[in-house]
Amino acid sequence: MTENDKAVTAKAPSFLDYAPAPESTSVLHLKKHYGLFIDGEFVDGRGDAFSTISPATEKEIASISNANSADVDVAVAAARKAYDRTWSKLSGADRGKYLFRIARLVQERARELAVAESLDNGKPIKESRDVDVPLVAAWFFYYAGWADKLDYAGLGPNPQSLGVAAQVIPWNFPLLMLAWKIAPALAAGNTVVIKPAETTPLSAMIFAEILQQADLPKGVVNIVTGAGDTGHALVNHPDVNKVAFTGSTGVGRAIAKSVAGTGKKVTLELGGKAANIVFDDAPMDQAIEGIVNGIFFNQGHVCCAGSRLLVQENVHDEVVDRLKARLSTLRMGDPLDKNTDIGAINSKAQLDRIRELSDIGEAEGSERWTADCPIPENGFWFAPTIFTNVSTSSRIAREEVFGPVLSVLTFRTPAEAIAKANNTPYGLSAGIWSEKGSRVLAVADKLRAGVIWANTFNRFDPASPFGGYKESGYGREGGRHGLASYLESAGWAAPAVTKGGKK
Amino acid sequence: MTRLTVPKTYKLYIGGKFPRSESGRTYEVATKKGAFLANAALASRKDARDAVVAARAAFSGWSGATGYNRGQVLYRIAELLEGRREQFIDELMATESLSKSAATAQLDTAIDAWVWYAGWADKYVQVAGNGNPVSGPYFNLSTPEPSGVIAIVAPQDSSSLLGLVSVIAPALVSGNTVVVVAHQNAPLSAISLSEVLATSDVPGGVVNILTGSPAEIAPWLASHADVNGLDLAGAERLEWVDLQIAAADTLKRVLGPVVGVPAPSVERIVQWTETKTVWHTKSLI
Repeated sequence: MTENDKAVTAKAPSFLDYAPAPESTSVLHLKKHYGLFIDGEFVDGRGDAFSTISPATEKEIASISNANSADVDVAVAAARKAYDRTWSKLSGADRGKYLFRIARLVQERARELAVAESLDNGKPIKESRDVDVPLVAAWFFYYAGWADKLDYAGLGPNPQSLGVAAQVIPWNFPLLMLAWKIAPALAAGNTVVIKPAETTPLSAMIFAEILQQADLPKGVVNIVTGAGDTGHALVNHPDVNKVAFTGSTGVGRAIAKSVAGTGKKVTLELGGKAANIVFDDAPMDQAIEGIVNGIFFNQGHVCCAGSRLLVQENVHDEVVDRLKARLSTLRMGDPLDKNTDIGAINSKAQLDRIRELSDIGEAEGSERWTADCPIPENGFWFAPTIFTNVSTSSRIAREEVFGPVLSVLTFRTPAEAIAKANNTPYGLSAGIWSEKGSRVLAVADKLRAGVIWANTFNRFDPASPFGGYKESGYGREGGRHGLASYLESAGWAAPAVTKGGKK
Repeated sequence: MTRLTVPKTYKLYIGGKFPRSESGRTYEVATKKGAFLANAALASRKDARDAVVAARAAFSGWSGATGYNRGQVLYRIAELLEGRREQFIDELMATESLSKSAATAQLDTAIDAWVWYAGWADKYVQVAGNGNPVSGPYFNLSTPEPSGVIAIVAPQDSSSLLGLVSVIAPALVSGNTVVVVAHQNAPLSAISLSEVLATSDVPGGVVNILTGSPAEIAPWLASHADVNGLDLAGAERLEWVDLQIAAADTLKRVLGPVVGVPAPSVERIVQWTETKTVWHTKSLI
């Protein structure tokens, strides 16, 4: 450790000591047990119920029903019936009105949803309150307006809905991923069976209550809780027309194989190993904040996280020193505390993986630095960590850690930065920091990634398409492009013809 | 006394060159009645992999060209095809046992398909891209870009030339490079087309044409880690579900088999593109 490092890891100055400011949980009206939400009602699952716990305390929050394949059958049948009899017969305007209602109800119950999300997921309340839940409402508002304007979605006149959509979502943004999936699906005229992640089903249960308040027709949205078996039964169900999955590249690959030849339309939003490129002419104050936001937002549980920092060699030391100083001021702890910057790791399994990969990083010769912050006694925690001297072949530079771990690499020329950034089978996102506009444009052109942030990072908006190149998956969510994932152009579905030539 | 003709040796088209199969294998191409026409190269796994290497090497140049430039190059293909009408009509009549009028119609449609797709090269971005009104101080633009290297099984039932053009042209519009397995029994027009490509300012490696058995070659292309997309247009009689499963290992974009020849469509262009969305921060002024 250098003298400089010691200086920045010294005890935080007293002006950063805050009294606890926990958000009250009195806004919650949780049940002890939640059933599956099928055909507009909560029903018990046939599998063994499981507990959802708070990762910050390891205490049980509620017991959750487990859907087996028979339950999935019932849910898909309900979605099919709702598609045939109700939803596909509604006008686009009426579908839109239901979505507007849902958006408003999400806003009305925003605080409750935010508290539930932080409790169940472990993310800081300031993120669930200021990012996740507002974006959920925005997503429903945005797609609500599309429902009666599908002729303008870019798929030609009268695009067709697909039918029943099977959707499987991850635990990192439980309610936001639900909104990303459900809002465009319903706007396009499909019905839905969705499976939340087994560690974070709580906000989806409250969302089911919102659907009841919105008087959404029965069976249009069905929520089946459970683990991988439930998801497997859902995506492989013969009566679903569309599969949408967000999660690991490994599971995405398995889904792509299992649906091969079935004609199901598939969109996959998978892993990433984003390069965040900092040039020596970057706006440095903003870049430091952006790097921190890029990898430590949501404990790094972000598929598009800026987990590979590529710094121009001549500013490497400055950037790393400033990062360490900044990270030393972050507060880790109670997710419900309004002062908390870094919450809990979502699960023991994820914590184990982050520890394993970090240990490998060290074993492979990278230099490890961890912020000196107190670790709560219970729950799953991992302090913000930076690796320097990372080689491009190191596993922490190649594999998705999905945690608060930043790998720092260097480059000398823009060409080297581009080559290193693209040197991955993933291609989800990337960041560029430079005050030189023409350089930003030129580098953005050459990066093989679906979302690129220039002088910012981790921005999301319902109007902005999101999704990857290469092994980060295919299809887009968000914006006009997101509708195409749930529609078929009337012309494209027609049988191929040969014009003039012999058939 | 009639003049003794000079028959052509039909070889592969890889990286802008015309090699024989590295395997040294050939297969006999005959008319539908069985009369000998030529010994075509029977491409091997190694040829397929060489073709992918050539396609990858050509990708940055072709995708980096302007749409206007790519459009002119594709239009040039139509021009040169027009100039070699007689040769293609003769080949189509011989290999597919077509009447002169049917062969002419197929060629005309193929030329017109090149013209149609050529015109898209500097326009599809405007149709498939989008400026996005995000809620914040950002200039946000979505732009389609080519996916990379596309492996294609050309239609196998009929229309050997039109089928080939109908699958390679849409992939080329955006800047992809392709490796295509030609019509197995009627591969001659595909190799003659590669002579047109080689003299149309299409950079070497942008189109690579293999003749031989799709059943033998397609699995190597489907599982190749440096292939980004797989077009199974002509794979209906192959084990195409297995090909799609193999393609899933590296999450390739896949289009399934079609009946006949795919009609010209902008969807086929967009299929082989990736949407890139860039957020530019607006600064304070």
